[in-house]
Amino acid sequence: MLTTRADTLQIRVSDDVVRVRQEVRARAVEVGLSLVDQTKIVTAASELARNTLEYGGGGECLVEALDDGRRKGLRLSFEDKGPGIPDLDLALKDGWTSGKGLGLGLSGARRLSETFEIHSKVGEGTRVIISRWK
Amino acid sequence: MERIPILKLGRALIVTIQVDMHDRLAVALEEDLTNRIVATNAKGVLIDISALEIVDSFIGRMLDNIAAVSRVLDAETVVVGMRPAVAITLVELGLSLNGVRTALNVERGMELIQAAVAEEQGGGELADADDEG
Repeated sequence: MLTTRADTLQIRVSDDVVRVRQEVRARAVEVGLSLVDQTKIVTAASELARNTLEYGGGGECLVEALDDGRRKGLRLSFEDKGPGIPDLDLALKDGWTSGKGLGLGLSGARRLSETFEIHSKVGEGTRVIISRWK
Repeated sequence: MERIPILKLGRALIVTIQVDMHDRLAVALEEDLTNRIVATNAKGVLIDISALEIVDSFIGRMLDNIAAVSRVLDAETVVVGMRPAVAITLVELGLSLNGVRTALNVERGMELIQAAVAEEQGGGELADADDEG
């Protein structure tokens, strides 16, 4: 698989969440995702960027445009060095939240993505990787 | 701080969201609208989101909150102009916006609000007419 472009975005303040949305939108258009698929991955990115900020204490997002020879796609990796998630099954449940949100961030982002991976270690941080293909 | 303008037209308040909102701006809009409903004795709030490219759980919750608060203050909130791709994504995200009235466009939304105003002014008459129909 070929990475045709990779950008790392910092997520430190609320405005950075907007910046992540705009960057992901631009890359999704370049990769040729349909309007609905663009909207899905931008919405998922918004949820995950907010999680990185609110629960991870900030971090970064790696935006990669991919080409596997047959299809083009977009992969997003959100990484923080926050407290980590003790119970992933619980965190992925609809409506469960440790904060003031609706509890739809992680579970919603998973539904909006074609692939979804999450790695988290208590005391070390969390990494969520999602992708969408054309 | 940056603010989203709120227009008053008769008994309605009208908001057109034309920027990619960061979370603080959404919270500020919620507060501003609540204050304006009370200050202007508004009967309806029309929120045009036709320029919004996404509605995530935070913005969705803001719309839900505005609708709930305005209901408590005896005003009706109507969200208009949601893009089809946004609607599809919202449902898949798991947000159904149950508490929010929606209309396809500003015109239809204003009709809903005018009906609410007429109902308050006309009182029983309209309700009777509804029963017969």
